[in-house]
Amino acid sequence: MFVPCERGGGSASSDFKGFTLLMPAVSVGNVGQLAIDLVISTLGMTKVGYFYTDCLVPMVGNNPYATAEENSMELSINAEVYSLPSKKLVVLQIRSPFIKNKYRPFCQTLLSWVKSSKCARVVLLSSSHAYQCNDEQLLGTPLRYLLTPDLEKAVGGLMQELNWKEMEKVAAYPGINDTEKVLHIPGGGITKLLFTESCSKGFQMAVLLKFCSEGDNIPDAFALVNYLNEWLQLVQSQVSASNNSTDASSQWKIPSSWRLLFGNGLPPALF
Amino acid sequence: MATFFGEVVVAPSRAGVDDDEEAREETPEDREIRRELEKKREIEILWTLKSGASTESSADEPFACSQFIVAIGRNAAAFLSSFILDSVCWEVVGVVKLWNEWCRTSSTTNVLPTDSFCLFYRLISDPTVLLCQCSCYVAEDQQFQWLEKVFGCMQKEGLQVTVLSTCPVADYKTQESTLTLPSPFLKALKTKEFKEQVCCPLLEQPNIVRDLPAA
Repeated sequence: MFVPCERGGGSASSDFKGFTLLMPAVSVGNVGQLAIDLVISTLGMTKVGYFYTDCLVPMVGNNPYATAEENSMELSINAEVYSLPSKKLVVLQIRSPFIKNKYRPFCQTLLSWVKSSKCARVVLLSSSHAYQCNDEQLLGTPLRYLLTPDLEKAVGGLMQELNWKEMEKVAAYPGINDTEKVLHIPGGGITKLLFTESCSKGFQMAVLLKFCSEGDNIPDAFALVNYLNEWLQLVQSQVSASNNSTDASSQWKIPSSWRLLFGNGLPPALF
Repeated sequence: MATFFGEVVVAPSRAGVDDDEEAREETPEDREIRRELEKKREIEILWTLKSGASTESSADEPFACSQFIVAIGRNAAAFLSSFILDSVCWEVVGVVKLWNEWCRTSSTTNVLPTDSFCLFYRLISDPTVLLCQCSCYVAEDQQFQWLEKVFGCMQKEGLQVTVLSTCPVADYKTQESTLTLPSPFLKALKTKEFKEQVCCPLLEQPNIVRDLPAA
């Protein structure tokens, strides 16, 4: 599945032992994927390979993180891996939807790759339909986290200190029997499947998600990536003078491919 | 979610995974139906050998190929028919048989321009030059299979592949309006191994290519 790039690094560039794997779920508003774009673009991460898979709709384009003419000509496809050894970070970006019936095989192959590449833990960025929030969830922060039991032991305390809110379980049979609770992440794509598989297979996985709706999801992506930053400290947060809070929004670099997200310029003949 | 008109609808999600799909386990009947459907959607490539007999591609050894030109879609296929192909210099060497909800191709090589087909031609004077006209729609779940089966038959050493395709101008993302853009126009994507001059500008972000040409 994973095909390394042929660079001078050789096998060193695909050695992810002890690294944190950061990846998105293709979910409502594509918030996870937008957040990953911000991470790759800001940290100037190097592409180290891609996934050769039949599970995602094929797509190709030129470098979405190009900053100049010289680096704009590298081809980019639907599932690519970037790395930043100095932060022991490896990032997977997924750029197209799953082909019908293929999301389960993808999850299985992905988790076996995580195991074979010896990543220490996985952080999954995702989102969930805001319209499915219950009354309590409508108040307060729209950001939630989930930890597999193995990661709970390691960082559970930190989540308490950060005052983060764990994703609530909902009644399996609402109105009939409120005692049996299940995890429900509507619009989250493969989030629930990956999380439950990781729990049962003993992986250290964290899910960070935001309640949102389809629309202009750039602010949602910033909120999610700032949330991630509270924990992983990927970029320095600067104290904002105006409201005296730490906010790393200005530290994130928007990639050049985010241009024209809502269509072309208007035809002059319209006026 | 509520629309502006006040009706409550289930919004389609970009996640692409319906909650129903994920919650429901497959019954043996579902599995059987899915398998039958997968079999029906399988792609078959029939190569015509020198002797004229048709045979399955899997039995053959990979054949030598230096140039492979693929035209995907009716416009690109018509371009090849009008400017490149003729019965003197080119011979039909293969055909793809597939079915999906949008089209069905057959194993006949005698096709009309309005048919859906996917044919392979070889240059008689240089049999390592191969051409493919694919005017049928290859569905998402068949694209990878098409790719593996076609490229599985050729030797990939020293192979140069050119993909010809068309996209609507309205899909092109640009600062100005597409109404004022002089069209049609050419754009290209190339791998870093392609060292020759490209005859037109490269496709700028945020534009992308998808489906079979991308595969």
